Amino acid sequence: MVNVIWLLLITSGIIYAGFNGRIEVVTASSISAAKSAVELAINLIGVMCLWLGIMKIAEASGLIKVISYILNPVVGLLFPSVPRNHPAMGAIIMTISANLLGLGNAVTPLGIKAMQELQTLNPKKDTATAAMCTLLALCTTGFTLVPATIIALRSAAGSVNPAEIVGSTLVVSLVATIFVLVVDRLCRAVWKRQ
Amino acid sequence: MLIRLCEQLSVWAIPAVLFVIPAIGYLRGVKVYEVFVEGASEGFYTAIRILPCLVAMLVAISIFRASGAMDACVSSIEPVLRLLGVPSDLVPLAIMRPLSGSGSLGMATELLNTYGPDSLVGRIASTVLASTDTTFYVLTVYFGAIGLSNPRYAVLVGLSGDIVSFLASIYICQFVFGA
Repeated sequence: MVNVIWLLLITSGIIYAGFNGRIEVVTASSISAAKSAVELAINLIGVMCLWLGIMKIAEASGLIKVISYILNPVVGLLFPSVPRNHPAMGAIIMTISANLLGLGNAVTPLGIKAMQELQTLNPKKDTATAAMCTLLALCTTGFTLVPATIIALRSAAGSVNPAEIVGSTLVVSLVATIFVLVVDRLCRAVWKRQ
Repeated sequence: MLIRLCEQLSVWAIPAVLFVIPAIGYLRGVKVYEVFVEGASEGFYTAIRILPCLVAMLVAISIFRASGAMDACVSSIEPVLRLLGVPSDLVPLAIMRPLSGSGSLGMATELLNTYGPDSLVGRIASTVLASTDTTFYVLTVYFGAIGLSNPRYAVLVGLSGDIVSFLASIYICQFVFGA
């Protein structure tokens, strides 16, 4: 599916630009996007190092085991294929917690760490497991209690009450998260049969 | 009150985590500095492994946007969305949200400045932005980091979440803030 979407994005863009006589836009935008991708990855190195370092301390001190133990009954329901004491469970819980607290740049490193741990449980290394899909579903919905960036954006635009969207955001996130988890379960069942 | 608590929570969360984890580690006899460096050293390779995936995805999205194909796509699905009660000014944001984080942030800023942050459109745009993450970025980075080539149904689930949170943002904001 990613292959098709990727191809469609590129080919439809080029054909559209060609028919409208602005083919030069394609060259400029593809080169500048490639550059900004590198910038993004380089910027990621710093926060990756920071959070992976902190995670390692949490792991070595047994803190993650304790947190996992407490939250396991809840999170374990969502990830039935992950063994209770596996490090992946700790990493998943940290990712979800960072998401909830709105720790924007901590979420990505922790999520990647969780995926790497899940990969150790994966029998087919090039194919996503059910647990990976569930984690991705949770992360793309990005359930957050504190949308800090948006609040800042609204107050910069001169809002009388910049934080008033916190309530509506919570309800929307809740609806979307529940929906996504249901779709995830349905897809899991359908794909298993194939 | 609740909102102030949330704001304080977001300001204090990172400092608290950076304080508590090393402190507990030290008390439990972990060589905190050495262990931190050991963990951090993985960060570099992970970021580098993601780089080619990011280039591939960002280039494709950028071509799609800059060529005007995205705008064409927006105007072709606009009638359908209007039938569902979507204000036409929000349609571009719906398409942009799963594709690009910075793009949708820019679009929302523009909407906030044009309509005012306290207008219905402004509130909906804020909610849309706050309640979902950039699906394609998350997909690219998370699966790219472990070298997956077959994401199975993950894209489908992610995009269905985007559609639902977009529609829910509109309906719930209309309900909460009044039309």
